[in-house]
Amino acid sequence: MNAKTQTFLWVAQRASAAVLGICVLVHLATMVYAVRGGLSAAEILGRTRGSVAWLVFYSLFVLAIAVHVPIGLRAVLGEWLGWRGAAREWGLILFAALLGWMGMRAVLGVFL
Amino acid sequence: MMQVKVWRGKADGAFQEFEVQRHASQTVLDVVTYIQRALDPTLAYRFACRVGMCGSCAMTVNGVARWTCRTHVDKVVKNDQMEIAPLRNLPVIRDLVTDMREFFDKWAKAKGQFSGALTKNEDFQKVKPDSPARVAVDAGIECIGCAVCYSSCDVVSWNPEYLGPAALNRAWTLVKDERDTHSMDRLRAVAGDAGCHSCHTHMSCTERCPKQISPTAAIAGLKREVSLALFRKTL
Repeated sequence: MNAKTQTFLWVAQRASAAVLGICVLVHLATMVYAVRGGLSAAEILGRTRGSVAWLVFYSLFVLAIAVHVPIGLRAVLGEWLGWRGAAREWGLILFAALLGWMGMRAVLGVFL
Repeated sequence: MMQVKVWRGKADGAFQEFEVQRHASQTVLDVVTYIQRALDPTLAYRFACRVGMCGSCAMTVNGVARWTCRTHVDKVVKNDQMEIAPLRNLPVIRDLVTDMREFFDKWAKAKGQFSGALTKNEDFQKVKPDSPARVAVDAGIECIGCAVCYSSCDVVSWNPEYLGPAALNRAWTLVKDERDTHSMDRLRAVAGDAGCHSCHTHMSCTERCPKQISPTAAIAGLKREVSLALFRKTL
């Protein structure tokens, strides 16, 4: 992987961190607000089912996670375990895909 | 009197204990010199100027990298005991002497050489002393190449390819040098995993630099410039 791609990954991680910062705040604020009168699955589904706004919000949340986590993990694997090279990059691409798939499965689960 | 443990041998060596008389205004380098001249002439160590200019005498004193010629014993001794070891993150040649090649090779890899456009037949290029670029250069230009920052950097110990704080600081002073013509090559050289983007901003380099330089600030500047170059598609 060349230095340009590595720089791109660095920028992508910072940008996704900024998105995550906002997403986590909105998510937590919604949770605090939503559990005031008790928490039930029906209430959550009532809010999210068919709501395009929540679909877009949580899809963005999942995308930011799928970008942010593998890039951070890449540094951890390199620096702590000395694992570098193509096998690590492919492993992390698969991990990013797994995060995205699991995340979107959950998002669609409460939207549809 | 104080007990001084000094590293002997290569990486797999061991500490040897010496008893040394305390004196007023005694430096750590004075202690090492006394041991070599009076107690054990086989002790290897490196020094030159003795006044904090040359960057030769850095060692690890009680676990912290320091310039020994300007470090008073009073400041670092604990319960009349002191431990002196070679710098971390560099191969040990013998006793307190490390092989600095890797450290300076990385300056070259970071394109730490100035390359201007003018020849000696032309007039000097004027640089305004109070221009923002020159002020940024001033903040990092007094580096003496002692490798205290390099020895204190955890990222260097985790990633042997990492250029390190001193080389990146040098690159930054040249990136901000209005006369230099190779800034883009330099930004390419310092980008990515081996360069500025691996810095964790622990700031050990900034805390330990004997010249009060902040390589962390220089590295942050490089991250900014490299990112801008990426967006401008000039990287």
